[in-house]
Amino acid sequence: MSSVRLLVGTRKGAFVITSDGKREDWKISGPHFAGWEMYHLKGSPADPNRIYASQSNSWFGQIIQRSNDGGQTWEPVGNKFAYDGVPGTHQWYDGTPHPWEFKRVWHLEPSLTDPDTVYAGIEDAALFRSTDAGANWTELSGLRGHGTGPHWQPGAGGMCLHTIILSPTDPQRIIIAISSAGAFRSDDGGNTWRPINQGLRSEHIPDPTAEVGHCVHHIAMHPSRPSTLYMQKHWDVMRSDNSGDTWHEVSGNLPTDFGFAIDVHAHEPETIYVVPIKSDSEHFPLDGQLRVYRSRTGGNDWEPLTKGLPQSDCYVNVLRDAMAVDTLDTCGIYFGTTGGQVYASSNAGDSWFPIARDLPAVLSVEVQTLA
Amino acid sequence: MNQHQVRVELPAHLRTLAKITGEVSLEIEGPITQRTIVDALEARYPALSGTIRDHYTQQRRPFLRFFVCEQDISHESPDAPLPEAIARGTEPFLIIGATAGG
Repeated sequence: MSSVRLLVGTRKGAFVITSDGKREDWKISGPHFAGWEMYHLKGSPADPNRIYASQSNSWFGQIIQRSNDGGQTWEPVGNKFAYDGVPGTHQWYDGTPHPWEFKRVWHLEPSLTDPDTVYAGIEDAALFRSTDAGANWTELSGLRGHGTGPHWQPGAGGMCLHTIILSPTDPQRIIIAISSAGAFRSDDGGNTWRPINQGLRSEHIPDPTAEVGHCVHHIAMHPSRPSTLYMQKHWDVMRSDNSGDTWHEVSGNLPTDFGFAIDVHAHEPETIYVVPIKSDSEHFPLDGQLRVYRSRTGGNDWEPLTKGLPQSDCYVNVLRDAMAVDTLDTCGIYFGTTGGQVYASSNAGDSWFPIARDLPAVLSVEVQTLA
Repeated sequence: MNQHQVRVELPAHLRTLAKITGEVSLEIEGPITQRTIVDALEARYPALSGTIRDHYTQQRRPFLRFFVCEQDISHESPDAPLPEAIARGTEPFLIIGATAGG
């Protein structure tokens, strides 16, 4: 019988939450790595027992953990992320040059085919790859070195590479996103890169249509239609149908188009989900009502999903990596909040229920659908 | 070269990370300094590499301190000889995590 396993990263540890395919009864295991910030955990699509986790804190720096048994036991692996060559500088908040400095790993993306290959998106923004199960990490420095790197600037949360999408049909294609530089694509396995931000418009930067400088919050893709990308930008929900070559806005009737998380239904490539947040200075839902919005038309026409979600006095946030979908027949959707709740829907968002209420602030949620 | 048996106490998070129970005892040959102690510690417990000193700068992480014989020696040279009591193992080398930060 099928089952699902959620990998939840929080401000003070990681939790593994499991259920059978009915998704009615849930078991919480954890905290793993208690007291540490767990920015992201993700399982290998090629071997679900292989899980990678990013563990860090201000005292002891960065650790990468690896599990070979589905999260029951863990071992620390390589934590040395050395920029390739002389790192050079990017723009600091005040516009002065600032040297690239490693701070933490925001996102881990295991290869679609090889459990020992995994990508890491780090702050200050760079992309690393390990081909030995996390023991050693090598920068794909063509990203920082393609030309615009010295002009990148951190957002309020730091200059982080937070989104990594591996194409399921073209093993050479990688799409990444950086706050607040924008989206970038490689078509040669990560050797060379170019910005893919045409069509984005950001009023808070000097040139609203600049080649780089856009605060992209997250990008999602459906594996059956890899040329279609959905983006939650700082403000604006965007769509591309040519792998990011051009984008157009699909915010439509959303009550606010600020937000962090965005995801796609597992079986319907035109059904997408966002969690609108009031504004960049008020990181909580509009009117204290926690609402997921669903579009069944690939954007523009959105409906609020409220059943089972708090509709008064709710002032949590949902961060960029804190939403995930399972691949069971009736698609399950999950998201975590900065208030420590993890909500689940086993009917594609029609109704929701909490599967955890009082965890530390949730930083990330991933789900594995297990045979 | 003299062989020393040096005692080291670690913060709880680092003991958990390296799967250490209680105090660590390290055999170190030659001068006993901050650097030789942390070098020996990282060699014995590779999981601690980068957690006490930055991988690249080899600087002590800012929220950690080194205490010996009731003195904070964090800002002294990493190559300065430590007191005889540390080299003899009668006093431990303490690696302390800052209590600030919540």
